[in-house]
Amino acid sequence: MYDAGKIIIGLLIFAGFMTFPLWYNGGKAAPIPEPKVLTKGKCVEDTAYMRAAHMQLLNEWRDQALRDGNREYVNHRGEKVWISLQNTCMKCHSNKDEFCDRCHTYAEVKPYCWDCHYTPKESKKWASTEGNS
Amino acid sequence: MGIDRRKFLKIAGVSSLVTLGGGASLLALNSPAGASHGEVEHHAEGEEVKAPEKGVKRWGMVIDMRKCSEHKDCTKCIDACHYVHNVPHFENRKEEVKWIWKEEYEKAFTDIGTLHKYNPKEIVEEKFLCLCNHCDHPPCVRVCPTKATFRRPDGIVAMDYHRCIGCRFCMAACPYGSRSFNWKDPRLGLRGRKLNPEFPTRMRGVVEKCNFCVERLAQGLKPACVEACPDGVLVFGDLNDPDSEIRKVLAENYTVRRKPELGTAPSVFYII
Repeated sequence: MYDAGKIIIGLLIFAGFMTFPLWYNGGKAAPIPEPKVLTKGKCVEDTAYMRAAHMQLLNEWRDQALRDGNREYVNHRGEKVWISLQNTCMKCHSNKDEFCDRCHTYAEVKPYCWDCHYTPKESKKWASTEGNS
Repeated sequence: MGIDRRKFLKIAGVSSLVTLGGGASLLALNSPAGASHGEVEHHAEGEEVKAPEKGVKRWGMVIDMRKCSEHKDCTKCIDACHYVHNVPHFENRKEEVKWIWKEEYEKAFTDIGTLHKYNPKEIVEEKFLCLCNHCDHPPCVRVCPTKATFRRPDGIVAMDYHRCIGCRFCMAACPYGSRSFNWKDPRLGLRGRKLNPEFPTRMRGVVEKCNFCVERLAQGLKPACVEACPDGVLVFGDLNDPDSEIRKVLAENYTVRRKPELGTAPSVFYII
């Protein structure tokens, strides 16, 4: 084998670079986010379902309310719920940065809900006159 | 060589003639269907042709300009609407966003029959309250490529801002100027304003317009402009219900609509 030393050193460097993320971040995984729930009442559906499928539910709600004009949702407990992201969901979950954003940032998802929908607390960022541009 | 240029041209000529002839005969076959289609278009207003189904609402509005013109500087309905729906305000008129506004006579009523120079001065100089007409045959809905704007069964021409791609075809199609484009982030135009936390804003790059307060109707409320007017200028109700207040007002007063000649069949009526 010609140039065995050089090749072996090169392979070692290559392996080092390839595994860099593994040993650099080893044991330091970002902590699992804990969304903060402000209210004690029950959510529209149970927590496990909401955690897994709130995005599908919101999509259904959007089309049902806006396109079919049916703003009433009946959940699995048989209760009637008024369909509105801003007036139903975010009345309880008014802490968007501690509830919505924590998981969304962790999962690196950027839903465009808040291009338009907002909470009163959050609106202070853009609605006040002395804010940034 | 099996075929020379002369022969090729001959074949090409004959075959194209045959094709043209075939096309023409197809057209001839189609013509009765075409004629009947034209007839349908002719009845585009369609109101008297089809009786409303029972229990189906058709929202409409009457604007009594006799009462409105007594309060020339009043903007209570406009303020209420723009507050309730977080409609942004921009100084630059090119960036203007409006759901309900006041318009000069000659811009509101452009029908050649109404534009003669002998009209009463008070009317010609009057500012007319304008909003989306929620037409029976809305041209904006026809042109929307994403169905972001659509006509609900109750006649309201609604916007689904989630679907709007900002192509502005609807703005070109609407003959009433009822639609505004968000050139800027609308939240910039809401700075320092009191917000209605119950209603979302829009985002940059979507078209917005009056929604006849669909979110308030769902809660059994009247539109914000109707509620805000202290002088009873605006009458809102179900056009399909012969006993409704709006039908009474329409039966007792002669009303006009904006640009009826276009066949859009607006559901906003004016008492002049």
